[in-house]
Amino acid sequence: MIANGLMDTLQIVILVLVAAGALVVVRTRDRVRLVLVLSVYGILLAVLFFAFQAPDVALSEITVGAVALPLILLLAIAKVRKPEP
Amino acid sequence: MTPRQRLVLFAVAVTGLVGCYLWAFSGLPGFGNYPGPYGQAILAHAITQTHATGVVSAINFEYRGFDTVGEEFILFTAAAGMSVVLRRLRNERKDPPEQLEAAAARDVPRTSPAVRGVALLLVAPTVVLGWWLGTHAQTNPSGGFQGGVVLATAFMLVYLSGDLRTARRLRTETVVDAAEAIGAGGFAAVGVTAVALGFPYLYNFLPLGKIPGSVSSSGTIALISLLVGIEVAAAFVAIIGELLEQSLIVRQPTPAPPSQPQPASPPQPEGTD
Amino acid sequence: MQIFPFLVVAWIVAVGLYGLVTSRDLIHQIVCLIVVQSSTYVLLLGVGYVTGGIAPYFSDISPHTKPVVDPVVQALALTDVVVEAAVTALLLAFAIQAYKRFGTLDPHELAELKG
Repeated sequence: MIANGLMDTLQIVILVLVAAGALVVVRTRDRVRLVLVLSVYGILLAVLFFAFQAPDVALSEITVGAVALPLILLLAIAKVRKPEP
Repeated sequence: MTPRQRLVLFAVAVTGLVGCYLWAFSGLPGFGNYPGPYGQAILAHAITQTHATGVVSAINFEYRGFDTVGEEFILFTAAAGMSVVLRRLRNERKDPPEQLEAAAARDVPRTSPAVRGVALLLVAPTVVLGWWLGTHAQTNPSGGFQGGVVLATAFMLVYLSGDLRTARRLRTETVVDAAEAIGAGGFAAVGVTAVALGFPYLYNFLPLGKIPGSVSSSGTIALISLLVGIEVAAAFVAIIGELLEQSLIVRQPTPAPPSQPQPASPPQPEGTD
Repeated sequence: MQIFPFLVVAWIVAVGLYGLVTSRDLIHQIVCLIVVQSSTYVLLLGVGYVTGGIAPYFSDISPHTKPVVDPVVQALALTDVVVEAAVTALLLAFAIQAYKRFGTLDPHELAELKG
């Protein structure tokens, strides 16, 4: 019973953090900062997937959402930034 | 339409959308009371039927293998589409090899030795981890998809620890394209082989192995996971390589700096190399 | 606790769409699409959760001893996460080409230029 209560509390806390994280990602305007915040959001999502008893999905989200996707975004941002004066 | 009017219209629309969402969610049986018969039926029979203890991978590569073939071809098409979309436009020039050397030796702040050392040390463990993930789909929380992405990350670590020339040497286009084709085509070929042997498409026709959950068990699941890992790694290396080339090698026609000779740039024909 | 995860899903969709509508940068819009897509993962896993259940892996315990969460939705979410990254890369390639042709990544200005 107490394990159930702890797991429920953990899930509620992580859900609130994920909701706040989504708002922070959307309100960030600077491009490089956006990529870093997206990486943190990916890690928060991975912890949420762990709390939902899905380790496979959490592993996918860590490798893709926190490493590969910010990488691809940074390369694209480097291409479209204004050249150095 | 001014931004203010757009925002008011959006507020109205999103209220309707969220209202419909909540109305739909109120018909669900609530969080934690999943009644679903399909999942419980699979759990009851998965180990005896496939000798795989990782039920999620068994679903991905056997019970719902047809969906996974479709998803893998989405990946394949996205990587191929990037090469097509990022083709050389008419007024761009791709630098000849000596200007590639100049590009590699451009005056940028040198990467700190700490970053280069750690990246170099992490390449070998990352490759081992990716390979382990790709070949152990039937036992642990692992599988071809995650293993492939980790292998592609190892390629990026090579770029971080060295410079552009090393990364380009590692990413020869023929090898990456061949690996992608082998992965995607191999998956479809496993399914077609099952048809040729008289079974339905993607039927598990290889021997199932004695011990459920060992590496050499579960028939085609291990084979398909390996092929998917190769394909995902090749697709991501192709994507990252395309973007690296775009940002570092392909150049707009800017006035050349005085140290380099001004190349004559006749109109280049469109299309890939 | 019965409906709280689904409220969070609706919130993430609304927030992501808000960012998409009020954005002035194509890269920011693509990241908002990623946020909206992440809400579907939370929804899938929230639907399949069983209270007190454990993860569907049986290499160390034998089945039928404890309640297990649903594995089908996990399989769907798993392939989704990896494929989303590749499709996002394709969208970024389009954004790069748009920048090369029009010189700007502002969606309002992109809508007015005529090629």
